[in-house]
Amino acid sequence: MATDAVAAALPDEDTCAAVYAKMLLIRRFEERAAEMYAQAKIGGFLHLCIGEEATIVGATQALREGDYLLSTYREHGQALARGTDPNAVMAELFGRVDGCSKGRGGSMHLFDAERRFFGGYGIVGGNLPLAAGVALACDYERSDDAVLCMMGDGATNQGTFGETMNLAALWKLPVVFMVINNQFGMGTALERHSAVTDLSRKSEGFGVPGARCDGMDVLEVHASVRAALERAREQRAPQLVEAVTYRFRGHSMADPEEYRTPEEVEEWRRRDPIAVFGERVREAGLRSQQELDELDREATARVEQAVAFADASPLPELDSLYDDVYVLGDQLRGWYSVDARSPEVHRGEEERESGPVAHELAEAGAAHAERDETRARRHRRGEGSPSERDHEEGDAVAEDDDDA
Amino acid sequence: MPELRYREALGEALREELAADGSVFLMGEDVGVFQGAFKVTKGLLEEFGERRVRDTPISENTIVGMGVGAAMAGLRPVVELMTVNFSLLALDQIVNSAAAIRYMFGGQVKVPLVIRMPGGAGHQLGPTHSHSLEALYLHVPGLLVAVPSTPADAKGLLKAAIRDDNPVVFIEHETLYGMRGEVPADAEPMRFGEAAIRRAGDDVTIVGISRMAITADRAAERLAADHRLEAEVIDPRTLRPLDLDTIVASVRKTNRAVIVEEGWPHGGVGANLAALIQEQAFDHLDAPVERVTGADVPMPYSKPLEQAAIPHEEHVVRAVLATYRDL
Repeated sequence: MATDAVAAALPDEDTCAAVYAKMLLIRRFEERAAEMYAQAKIGGFLHLCIGEEATIVGATQALREGDYLLSTYREHGQALARGTDPNAVMAELFGRVDGCSKGRGGSMHLFDAERRFFGGYGIVGGNLPLAAGVALACDYERSDDAVLCMMGDGATNQGTFGETMNLAALWKLPVVFMVINNQFGMGTALERHSAVTDLSRKSEGFGVPGARCDGMDVLEVHASVRAALERAREQRAPQLVEAVTYRFRGHSMADPEEYRTPEEVEEWRRRDPIAVFGERVREAGLRSQQELDELDREATARVEQAVAFADASPLPELDSLYDDVYVLGDQLRGWYSVDARSPEVHRGEEERESGPVAHELAEAGAAHAERDETRARRHRRGEGSPSERDHEEGDAVAEDDDDA
Repeated sequence: MPELRYREALGEALREELAADGSVFLMGEDVGVFQGAFKVTKGLLEEFGERRVRDTPISENTIVGMGVGAAMAGLRPVVELMTVNFSLLALDQIVNSAAAIRYMFGGQVKVPLVIRMPGGAGHQLGPTHSHSLEALYLHVPGLLVAVPSTPADAKGLLKAAIRDDNPVVFIEHETLYGMRGEVPADAEPMRFGEAAIRRAGDDVTIVGISRMAITADRAAERLAADHRLEAEVIDPRTLRPLDLDTIVASVRKTNRAVIVEEGWPHGGVGANLAALIQEQAFDHLDAPVERVTGADVPMPYSKPLEQAAIPHEEHVVRAVLATYRDL
């Protein structure tokens, strides 16, 4: 693979251990999330980043505390790497009230304002303008903060890609765009979805220089992103970094993976970023195999704790349904939201006091969730081939049809 | 009280808010050097400089998206789109980002963004520049929607929109930019969700949306002169939040309601409002709620066709008389 960064030397031993531990935490978290999905503890879509851990940890290690990070819907690892409590991430996947988005966003929409993790986004390419806007705010406030905006290879075909590159370059915004090129836009291979397959070139015509790095090498990713962030911050010149990687699992849990061969997956698995890095650390004598195994046990235990926490966390109160649709200020009144399901008269913002009938109706609606979950559990236990089991968009519809 | 044109009133609101709050800035296509496609931002680049008044390329989705990002990071952007039709290029960012972000992230962040756009027909701009899409934005929880029909409301509501912590879709009527009206010099921001009763009456309630509030008022004059009917004309001014209380109180008094809008009939503002009125005041209604809407067609270019496609006083008078047809 053509790369423009040389293999970086190992950092000090504590950093090595921390990087290894972070990648492992993400891996173990994702594996456990997959199991929880199979048990229907997690609903909706679940996109795992297994195989891509080096891109996440290498990049986020290059961020300063005040820097912003925006990501895609494959972002559990980003939140964890940024320091969001694994309990809060798992609870969000479970749709619980202690989730980092209070159970409102789910797997695809994690957010942690305190750590400036400014979100996972469910619309491909939708986060690019937002990231440029955050960078504009950094620039406007004359702060030293910069923004790292991650996207997949598929996003480089969206209109927002060109629009955002142009404006970021035109306005000299402190933002680094990082393409985590896992070589598939869902199930469509890179060479089948992009005329230009060296994605580091795609931004150049818009005035954003690009660089490419090996996304399976955490140190190389780190060196590339760090250099790009420095240029963006110091020279007010937005940059793009393409990290070439591979996701070992399907696009989501509903992916039968008929578009690639097991041999291809196996070949990439031999380049497992965590195993490769662990081996380097061990060979350099910075940590023994025993010590690395101990880090693994810690990660596994931490994830176990997150699962227990998420399981114990309550579901959001039904009466919170209308919370946070709007910021209710002094100058505002009147009807914001209308609950047309209820015959009672009430304003949306007073849903909590909306009376017994509205509450009963909400409970009747919520009761369907219980039935749904039972059905989903049966469904996911795995009778039948994967292709029969789940099809990305049709899943929920098919289940509803079964019921009817 | 000084008299200003609608566009000048909007410009004053922008000037005052730019001066009052350093986190307010403008961006949009041709808002700077060109001084605005409709000259609303005239003089602002010169007064506030390029940091505060930013010309953008033609990239609606990204301009709005950057407004959302900047708002999330603490600024108060005012984005201008050249027409409501062009806002459709930004629909992803308006619906999936601006409206949803606070809710989907559990209230951790707010999006104090104003998206200004002219809408409406009357200048023969044809099917891609003249629509009335307020119903589309009214549909989306998380957005506030303002539709000012006078210079005073334009100023007061725009100031309120900029100070509000929610994303606001601010729809100006394109044929009103030259309209004159009295505007208080040191106008305080108005309150969203406060309808204006343009004319008091006991015989029928006419709700006019955006410029149709003016058409409704003219119809009310005719009804009084020709039919001895006193109409109460209500301009809701904002559709979200909606001052339903004022509308329902009026209907309980008049027992008849007619809703006038320039937009399309299916899923329109009037369709929604008619449902709310019958839910809230069914026992008070002496006739079905009538709607007067734009024709159910893309807006035609040709002058007579365009005029045929939008409501006029005659249509409103007819609709009001229809509510009396059984008497």
